[in-house]
Amino acid sequence: MDILIQVIITGLATGGVYGLIALGFVLIYKATSVLNLAMGEFMTLGAFICMTFLLQLNSPFYLAFILTLLTACVLGFVIERIILRPLIGEPIISVIMVTIGLGLILKGLMYMIWTPTFRTFPEIFPPKPLLLGFAVVPSGLFWGFIFAIIATAVFLVIFKYSRTGVAMRATANDQQAALSMGISVRWIFALAWCFGAMASVIGGIVIGNISGISVYMGDVGLKVLAVIILGGLDSIGGAILGGLIIGVLENLTGLYIDPLIGGGAKGIAPFFVLVIILMVRPYGLFGKELIERV
Amino acid sequence: MRCGDFKETYIKDEEIFQSLFVKFWLGLFFIFLLVFPFIANAYMLYVANMIGFAIIAAVGLNLLTGFTGQISLGHAAFVGVGAYTSAILVTRLGFSFWLSIPCAGLVAALAGMIIGIPSLRVKGLYLCIATLAAQFIFEFIFIHWESMTNGITGINIPCPGIGGFEFVTEKSFYWITLFFVVLGVGYARNLIRSRMGRAFVAIRDRDLSAEIIGINLFRYKLSAFAISSFYAGVAGALWVTFLKVVTPDHFPFILSIHYLAMIIVGGLGSILGSIFGAIFMTLVPEILNYLSEIVKMSAPGYEEIFVPMKEVIFGVLIVLFLVFEPRGLAELWNRIKNFFRLWPFSY
Repeated sequence: MDILIQVIITGLATGGVYGLIALGFVLIYKATSVLNLAMGEFMTLGAFICMTFLLQLNSPFYLAFILTLLTACVLGFVIERIILRPLIGEPIISVIMVTIGLGLILKGLMYMIWTPTFRTFPEIFPPKPLLLGFAVVPSGLFWGFIFAIIATAVFLVIFKYSRTGVAMRATANDQQAALSMGISVRWIFALAWCFGAMASVIGGIVIGNISGISVYMGDVGLKVLAVIILGGLDSIGGAILGGLIIGVLENLTGLYIDPLIGGGAKGIAPFFVLVIILMVRPYGLFGKELIERV
Repeated sequence: MRCGDFKETYIKDEEIFQSLFVKFWLGLFFIFLLVFPFIANAYMLYVANMIGFAIIAAVGLNLLTGFTGQISLGHAAFVGVGAYTSAILVTRLGFSFWLSIPCAGLVAALAGMIIGIPSLRVKGLYLCIATLAAQFIFEFIFIHWESMTNGITGINIPCPGIGGFEFVTEKSFYWITLFFVVLGVGYARNLIRSRMGRAFVAIRDRDLSAEIIGINLFRYKLSAFAISSFYAGVAGALWVTFLKVVTPDHFPFILSIHYLAMIIVGGLGSILGSIFGAIFMTLVPEILNYLSEIVKMSAPGYEEIFVPMKEVIFGVLIVLFLVFEPRGLAELWNRIKNFFRLWPFSY
């Protein structure tokens, strides 16, 4: 029983981080209808940049964190401007493939700059694990969860109450109407990419802190696809709830199914969930069902 | 349009070989293909074989993605299904290579149809993610169904033979590859001008409208998945028989992206484009290998930069073609052809 609670707690903590990365996907998708498959590489890049700031420049963590966020912001902005904007109105395959191509480029460049060796993140959180009485939460996971929750809350508040956030929601709802109300849709698109990149970079730092950094860390980004499909591609609340569900489910699979088939099921469980959701309820828990007319 | 080049019937308009000129050059090209193994060295033949497998798989993917508009991020999985089917049939059940190829295609087609079922409910992004999931699930099966696939150690495959003659060398295998490439390309070229091909294009352009004018979406979407996976399966079976070993490492997610890159660089919705794309994208890594060898000679230690270079160049090619030449090499080819056709009076 104890181990079950332990696994669920771990799952919830992991799920919080998934939710944060899923938020990055959703922010971009909601405003611009682009599914950014390079998200995993954004994450990795964020973790690497933060690590470089910490180790090479010996800056304190809060400074490195802010600098990383700024870099992500610029990156998101530049990518939107140079690569995504010429593709507005192009068929879906072009948009998807361009983000995949972008992912390949980023991955290759990171490989060149930081080499493929696996590293551990410099210690930024107190290493003492959290004792809950009935379960133990490793420090990395605990702080990661806290980070993810704070970041998610901040993004939610911006989205819900700030003027920019309202403009973003308006654009997501109806671009034409937003344009006629004097909202600069271009600016909103750029902003969405900035926010998306920032969310994924925070996710990258947290995950890098938990399980170490390598060029191949970005594969988590693909796993998070299951989260956003479960929650609904354009639902922020869905992203967070989906993250928690997938996190717990993944860890439960690791506990119960892995011993039966000899490992590996933990990594593949999200994809099975994904296929089942797509068959049963393609628009996820909270996603908006698309009604098409000829 | 060339002067005086007009058609009086639809049958003439749909001909594959439109003029004597085209027939002549294609004939000449075919003769070159037949002579090629006698003038090329082993390495060139190795590359030619690889290009052949890539062409078969890329034509299959183009039928699904370029013509029917169903994006598949899991093509490598179907290549893998075909490869494993052929390997298992040959090594365990003692099938001959020649029988195992169509079987590999059929099993892959079946897998493709299963993955294609969601395409009836979901489309666009959602379908794309479903095929991505399929890719990872199949990869998982290849690794963990050890009693069948031998896990990560893989299966060794004997050489194919016919009546005592064994296809051991690159040169002899070239004939098998050439046969299947010509068959595959010819079939695809004919398919797209049939009722089915027109239905595919209609589904790509607007599936709801297609359904209203009487195209059975269920039937044609599944057929597209089946045919595409059949091609993939055949390509996979040939490929691993050529390599004489099959392991799960042969079919990673990145391979699916390579196939998509081929048809994007070559030209979506064009058979000729898939051929160009397959040739181009197979040659790029080979050229990089060659360059890295040179660098290794002249400046040792710097050749490591070529390892990630391959991915960067693939990424850059995908992005550049999508932004600047979305219709790919096939369109470039057409433009060059038109330039010379009208030269020097281009207006």
